[in-house]
Amino acid sequence: MLELTDISRRVSGEVIAQGVNLRLAAGVTNILLGPTLSGKTSLMRIMAGLDRPDSGDLRFNGRSVLGVPVQKRNVAMVYQQFINYPSLSVYDNIASPLKVAGAGRGEIEERVREAATLLRIDNQLDKLPAELSGGQQQRVALARALAKRAELVLLDEPLANLDYKLREELRVELPELFHSHGAVLVYATTEPLEALILDGHVAVLHEGRVAQDGPAREVYRAPVNLTAAGAFSDPPLNRVAARMQGPTLTLAEGEGGSTAAARLPEGAYTVGVRPHHVRLERQHAQDIEIRAKVVVNEITGSESFIHFNFAGERWVALVHGVRKLDPGAAFACYINPRDFLYFDAATGGALAAG
Amino acid sequence: MNAPGRHTVPWRYIVPVLYIAFLLLPLYWLLNTSFKTNQEILSSFTLWPADFTLDNYRHILTDPSWYSGYINSTLYVVMNTAIALAVALPAAYAFSRYRFLGDKHLFFWLLSNRMAPPAVFVLPFFQLYSAFGLIDTHIAVALAHCLFNVPLAVWILEGFMSGIPREIDETAYIDGYSFGRFFALIFMPLIRSGIGIAAFFCFMFSWVELLIARTLTVTEAKPIAAIMTRTVSASGLDWGVLTAAGVLTIIPGALVIYFVRHHIARGFALGRV
Repeated sequence: MLELTDISRRVSGEVIAQGVNLRLAAGVTNILLGPTLSGKTSLMRIMAGLDRPDSGDLRFNGRSVLGVPVQKRNVAMVYQQFINYPSLSVYDNIASPLKVAGAGRGEIEERVREAATLLRIDNQLDKLPAELSGGQQQRVALARALAKRAELVLLDEPLANLDYKLREELRVELPELFHSHGAVLVYATTEPLEALILDGHVAVLHEGRVAQDGPAREVYRAPVNLTAAGAFSDPPLNRVAARMQGPTLTLAEGEGGSTAAARLPEGAYTVGVRPHHVRLERQHAQDIEIRAKVVVNEITGSESFIHFNFAGERWVALVHGVRKLDPGAAFACYINPRDFLYFDAATGGALAAG
Repeated sequence: MNAPGRHTVPWRYIVPVLYIAFLLLPLYWLLNTSFKTNQEILSSFTLWPADFTLDNYRHILTDPSWYSGYINSTLYVVMNTAIALAVALPAAYAFSRYRFLGDKHLFFWLLSNRMAPPAVFVLPFFQLYSAFGLIDTHIAVALAHCLFNVPLAVWILEGFMSGIPREIDETAYIDGYSFGRFFALIFMPLIRSGIGIAAFFCFMFSWVELLIARTLTVTEAKPIAAIMTRTVSASGLDWGVLTAAGVLTIIPGALVIYFVRHHIARGFALGRV
């Protein structure tokens, strides 16, 4: 169990982390989710002991480890870039932390072979890292972390630079490999989808702060604020300003229609609509119709993304099947108030209503 | 059909061939003269030695007052290279990895030391080393040359070190390496081209530099270039011995270049040479 208590860090005036409170348990995949520069790597560096927080405490199994130098922490870290020791063979790369720790020759051999076999690089042990493909190089880095059997394993976007197929394979296998040693596993990613597939405990980071943390699916289903909802949506969450007056909710000053389905106190709100909740056909009587012009139409084969402008915001509709719409063409789409996520217009905090 | 230019030298080779011939001519003449007798050198113009002799070389290699010059030069050059690298490696690491107040200015100031001609420093050096009783010792010359070689070595090494991702350092610390162990076992092998090039430039400067080396030495640590001036005597110049000494002075440099030639090529591509 790794506990971060009110961790803050600034570098030359810039906020790197601000009041971060997290409890990271062993046996689950702890996911740090957020866009680039949201503070994932910075937070991991603090957890590893490479950087010191300005304030706050870092406890491992109840003991503060702030004063412990990184060499003594029993941590393993894998970077997004493939970082290995270029002058050492693959075998020596994986063995390096064990050798430094003074493990016996037999034990080193056994653990290196085991880790290499699990990551399927056991026939590359005599080569230099530069002679391997990118995917293999990253697996060397992962094998080194695995063979070390560290108590805290930090994976910083470990699969971001790998090809699609390898990524899918490793995404399933990696957590299992590290969990079997009882390590606290922390996994940083920019992709909401990856966080959902890993299905662990997710912390949504935004500008050095934790916007929300909890089980991945729970955070996805019930974001507590606009930031968490935005970070957990790919393509980005569609937003529109709304006003509740009497029993009616009016979208975008009437430009987007209105509904009586919402039960909220009077006031100003921001309504969030996930892209896959924007449909091209009317399905319910209370659906709100939006008329807009296509800006871009992307077709992936099984899905179509239709980008359009609505009330001054860029919206995206994600629909199944191939929907060919020419840029500039007028079209209608439908959103159902049942799918709305309501946020306070001033604070961005979520409201459970609708 | 045979290609028409098969037995003729293509035109594009003419310029490089002429250029190389132009560069090699003085070297050939040095070598040519060193195998001649003084009689032949002074009396006739010959393209190759008519009366081939090794006497000039024999003279240098058997007379201690001559060959000690090579020993002295080699000693202080090696000392200088070792000191310069030992000092420059940690300095370059600091410049490459840490940001501190005035780091860029300090880096430039270090380099600006090389912009002053060595002659400027002769007098202060002489007084300082006299005060400490270091005149006519090898270490005096080695230390004096550090003023020029340390900045250069720092500059070269910093370029190579900055080409190594910082994450490698961090991974090593996370793996449990102490700084010293990481530096010696992981980092140095990665910048060995840079170390080779820095050593080469230190060697070349120190080997060729004459003014400071001559001023700081009397007899015990006299460099070969200073000893060469002995060939001037009342009876004129001993051309044969002088040129033989010249050839012997070129050889170590040529050997060093031969051994580091791949690193230098790589250095031009990677770092800052």
